[in-house]
Amino acid sequence: MTTLTPVLTANWDQPNSFTLEGYGDYSAARKALGMDPDAVIQVVKDSGLRGRGGAGFPTGMKWGFIPQGDGKPHYLVVNADESEPGTCKDIPTMMANPHALVEGIIITAYAIRANHAFIYVRGEVLHVIRRLQAAVAEAYAKGYLGTDLFGTGFNLELVVHSGAGAYICGEETALLDSLEGHRGQPRLKPPFPAVAGLYASPTVVNNVESVASVPSIIANGAEWFAGMGTEKSKGFGIFSLSGHVTRPGQYEAPLGITLRELLEMSGGIREGHRLKFWTPGGSSTPIFTDEHLDVPLDFESVGAKGSMLGTRALQIFDETTCVVRAVLRWTEFYAHESCGKCTPCREGTYWLKQVLKRLEKGQGTEEDLTTITDIADNILGRSFCALGDGATSPIHSSVKYFRDEYLKHFEIGGCPFDHAPSTLWGAK
Amino acid sequence: MSAPVERAVAGGEPVGGQSTPSSNEEVSATMTKGYAPEVRERLERDAKEIIGRYPRPRSALLPLLHLVQSEDGYVSDDGHEFCAEMLGLSKAEVVGVSTFYTMYKRRPMGQYHVGVCINTLCAVMGGDQIWDELSEHVGVGHDEATPDGKISLERLECNAACDFAPVMMVNWEFFDNQTPDSAKQLVDDLRDGKEPSPTRGPKKLCTFKEASRVLSGLPDGLAGDGPSAAGPSLEGLKIAKANGWKAPEA
Repeated sequence: MTTLTPVLTANWDQPNSFTLEGYGDYSAARKALGMDPDAVIQVVKDSGLRGRGGAGFPTGMKWGFIPQGDGKPHYLVVNADESEPGTCKDIPTMMANPHALVEGIIITAYAIRANHAFIYVRGEVLHVIRRLQAAVAEAYAKGYLGTDLFGTGFNLELVVHSGAGAYICGEETALLDSLEGHRGQPRLKPPFPAVAGLYASPTVVNNVESVASVPSIIANGAEWFAGMGTEKSKGFGIFSLSGHVTRPGQYEAPLGITLRELLEMSGGIREGHRLKFWTPGGSSTPIFTDEHLDVPLDFESVGAKGSMLGTRALQIFDETTCVVRAVLRWTEFYAHESCGKCTPCREGTYWLKQVLKRLEKGQGTEEDLTTITDIADNILGRSFCALGDGATSPIHSSVKYFRDEYLKHFEIGGCPFDHAPSTLWGAK
Repeated sequence: MSAPVERAVAGGEPVGGQSTPSSNEEVSATMTKGYAPEVRERLERDAKEIIGRYPRPRSALLPLLHLVQSEDGYVSDDGHEFCAEMLGLSKAEVVGVSTFYTMYKRRPMGQYHVGVCINTLCAVMGGDQIWDELSEHVGVGHDEATPDGKISLERLECNAACDFAPVMMVNWEFFDNQTPDSAKQLVDDLRDGKEPSPTRGPKKLCTFKEASRVLSGLPDGLAGDGPSAAGPSLEGLKIAKANGWKAPEA
């Protein structure tokens, strides 16, 4: 049986975990800055760390794409815009352990030869922003940020930058446009940020958890990290259980753990109920059902079963939940958050919403199921960025697994579910 | 849901909870006359500090919009003008940006801006019922404020606290695991000046304007308040400790 492996979460129960005193002495940053930057990149490559923001791109390889000796300033931008429905790991990480992120930023910036770094944090989390501001101020006061870090001659400025409420800014190029003071709309790729990112300069954009994992890799070695997880999905990650479970929360475990294992250790589905459907990695990852309880939660295995590991945002819904209602609400979210730049996403999400509303009220027809899958087919792969693709995941997967439930809505001319038992205070 | 309560803005006066404007006055929010000299001087000082942190000034636009929101309780016409002047942009460029982001409000919000998460998971766990009952109780809808300027409501998208569902936010502080009754009590307490504490945050709730100032990048010294983590955030660690599970030794 797979067991939990607290690393980033290990100090969260300490009252001062968010202070320098409660965190430690930045010995990993000290060690890294005594190494050649390329050697630091190599350690992260060897560790097998893959991006924890959803896409799973190898982190060390991304760093290696930054051209060196190009005479341009390089930038590190941490994507702390955590907004994918179901995803709730980076926010508690930055609240309880912001110094792991700051130390990871120092190491990452050194490796890619960046002297300016930014944490782009979503604006709706005031206390998390305070904790980041305080951690950065503490690091400056100690000389861990600023000029001549640890006497090595390396300089680094770090700015905490609050966003202003736009899911799309979690998309890395939209984030960069936003950080440049524009509307947050995605850019065409290529060129990728590694070549032309912030201010058209080479830029690494990494997720909070990816960067915060780096100090432990430098401190303990690539083999230590690679010793956890699976062959191609190495290391640990935070799994966020939410919804109809006995003990929702943050569970740090090796990649490859299964939902069955996580539920067994955490008390299972709430009492008297059974699992109906769940997302492995947020609303943009196709839903799974109870047939997927034993799928190893790593990039390859989840992909092989038709979904994506995403951000390990395990939103759990029991048999009291209407899947059509859930999909409608997610669709309304995508329509609300579509930035409007490209037609398939802007128009497609709008129309999906209209048709799903009709379906949920029981006023649709079987033909509407063809219509929504057809619209989804015309968004998927034809949108400017992954937001549009993500919007199609709940549609395709819910029609695949729960077609009968859609049909039931027209048969009875309304939603067959009473929503009250789904609530936190609902009946058993 | 009741009809929107439009709040009028008297020329140049700061609103958002401090004045009690007549709701019948047909005064447009755009008919303002610029900041008073002492206000302008203070804002300029803050703005210059913020702009100085960025390699290129325009990167300071989002922070400056938060800054002017901290002055007016929304992004006023004066606020747009100020940002444009500080950054050498046209006002149209600034408005084009501010209208893209939901946190920048186009009319005054309440002293306490109350959000209810209505994304799927929170909605299913009770967020829909909380919203319906709270909106009726307060008498305003999405992005609307009460006539006394005390409370405004917003239907929030996912706020990254799903393990605490159903989630509410007040001035962007977490109020976790809410029910319709606790939500109504919370708003009643805010109106009665009882100062309820966030679940994970400082003991004392700051106002919407004060919160906006922190978002602009100017700390308020409250980072040390509140727990490191609470409730569900600690479940995995608790189970690991109870079972003696650890990450392998290096």
